Amino acid sequence: MSQFAINIIFVGASFLIYILIAVWAKAGSTKDFYVAGGGVHPITNGMAIGADWMSAASFISMAGLIAAGGYANSTFLMGWTGGYVLLAMLLAPYLRKFGKFTVPEFIGDRFYSKNARLVAVICLIVASVTYVIGQMAGAGVAFSRFLEVDATLGLIIAAVVVFIYAVMGGMKGITYTQVAQYCVLIVAYTIPAVFISVQLTGNPIPGLGLFSTHVDSGMPLLSKLNQVITDLGFNEYTADVDNKLNMVLFTLSLMIGTAGLPHVIIRFFTVPKVADARWSAGWALVFIALLYLTAPAVASMARLNLMTTIYPDGTAAEPIQYDERPNWIREWEITGLIQFTDKNEDGRIQLYNDSEAFQSEADARGWKGNELVVNRDILVLANPEIANLPGWVVGLIAAGGLAAALSTAAGLLLAISSAVSHDLIKGSINPNISEKGELLAARISMAVAIAVATWLGANPPGFAAQVVALAFGIAAASLFPALMMGIFSKRVNNTGAISGMLTGLGFTLAYIFVYKGWLFIPGTNNLADTPENWVLGISPLSIGAVGAIVNFAVAFIVSNATEEPPVEIQELVESVRYPRGAGQAQDH
Amino acid sequence: MSVGHSYDAEKYWKANLRLIFGSLIVWALVSYGFAILLRPMLAGIPIGGTDLGFWFAQQGSILTFIALIFFYAWRMNKIDEQFGVHEE
Repeated sequence: MSQFAINIIFVGASFLIYILIAVWAKAGSTKDFYVAGGGVHPITNGMAIGADWMSAASFISMAGLIAAGGYANSTFLMGWTGGYVLLAMLLAPYLRKFGKFTVPEFIGDRFYSKNARLVAVICLIVASVTYVIGQMAGAGVAFSRFLEVDATLGLIIAAVVVFIYAVMGGMKGITYTQVAQYCVLIVAYTIPAVFISVQLTGNPIPGLGLFSTHVDSGMPLLSKLNQVITDLGFNEYTADVDNKLNMVLFTLSLMIGTAGLPHVIIRFFTVPKVADARWSAGWALVFIALLYLTAPAVASMARLNLMTTIYPDGTAAEPIQYDERPNWIREWEITGLIQFTDKNEDGRIQLYNDSEAFQSEADARGWKGNELVVNRDILVLANPEIANLPGWVVGLIAAGGLAAALSTAAGLLLAISSAVSHDLIKGSINPNISEKGELLAARISMAVAIAVATWLGANPPGFAAQVVALAFGIAAASLFPALMMGIFSKRVNNTGAISGMLTGLGFTLAYIFVYKGWLFIPGTNNLADTPENWVLGISPLSIGAVGAIVNFAVAFIVSNATEEPPVEIQELVESVRYPRGAGQAQDH
Repeated sequence: MSVGHSYDAEKYWKANLRLIFGSLIVWALVSYGFAILLRPMLAGIPIGGTDLGFWFAQQGSILTFIALIFFYAWRMNKIDEQFGVHEE
């Protein structure tokens, strides 16, 4: 059977399951649509959060980033998991006790202000839409590679599938579909990693294989990898970084951003009890960790495999002939994500680090520059092929990558649609809207969001990495501090919260735009985006953490200069702190 | 509201804050401490071809986070019961 047919079978079968679940779990009421009837078990919910959280960025891109950056990019591993500790202790149980549907609703009620709710809606929509674009684009790329269709067609197929189950099912449909998607994506991620770990280290658990002995050389795997890549002029994989302040702030931004992303928070409204909200966060992290503990192993092993593919006789010997390159290089070359230029015209593939330090050795070997450019994002998708694994594993990876992208897209779309229909329309424009009307508005806004995201995904504005940083920066600098202060302080009032959110957001956006261009328009940046220009060496990607601190500070200062919140608001804060009585919230 | 006496309610909240504070110290210590800022100090402890700081950055911190959340959930549910604010 051809690889194409295998891919079709795996992707087709997984989609059939998702759609069947969506039809089976069709939502009846608005409550069902938003929060799955409040009756989801913590383990089930944890699994759904896992699928919701692990997007194309986690599944497809993260291992590639770690492979390229080594220790320095551990920030993604810590940042995208550490946020759950904050969620479990600082937000989830209290928001569950509050017992409403959406994040802006809490902010609006707690800060007794429609404007606060509106600001929260804006933050939510900007953060979520930017994230959806990335997911749709990722799904489009995966489709086009594995189904051998062009990128636009792949994107449209993805949009149709997301539309069907998100719009039909709402939260209940999404919750159970996401459980299925979690299973698909974790199996898809783990199986090739196990194969590769056994090949390289003899250890079937990739996370342990990472710190085991490399079978062929008898050295520890990481020492072997360090040796191979430093021979070719790259930095050591495990090398420490100099700019620790930036590393700390970047990790902190990812953590706070994780805790502040509304599509994850909304999940904690779906458990029956406050105690379950705490357990849910724990289970979510367990399921996320299954992938996150494997990812660094995938990263280092794939990097080593790539190097040994190009230099089969060791780094001191000549690399392979271009004409004898393995099939996976040929196929990825078609997509343009691997590019080869024979700079010294010897017919071989010289892959090394074009740095000044390595110049003399390159000259001595007759190398005229690095000849192979490999896009980092293909690493996980190409991984089974690099390791010569059977065709069905490749099909599985295709299904897994799509599951990751689509599940996150669906969760984000739900957060967007509930913000529009519930917070914007019912909360401000037309409070008397019927339940049916609200449900219809939710579905229409979902469809609009899908259309916008698909269109932007088909016309990528070319700033994917910045967009992700922006989504985290916005969530970290605006939503998280407002939510946390709403629970932990009785003194912060409406004026304080609104000024905090606006300055936190404004500060973060301004810092990003100064280096990345205003509204990301190329050429409009005031300073070049290089470490020498960054204030105190803080990169625009890390600024969200500083924005959050600004938000906290402004909110406290302004609140203390203005009047106390009314007594009933202080009582509301009091009530979210105590679990008893949360059950009532489900019954209306 | 059936929180009971306000005195107890205050003690309950203090107990929660203490638990959160302690947990977050550990949270910061393993990630920002061991994995980043204190890594050079842990360089002498070898593990599988690298050092302990690298392990904390790529695996140890994640495992600690999981343990922290479950510990917090377990401990907090106990405290809920102790103060009588748990749900039936």
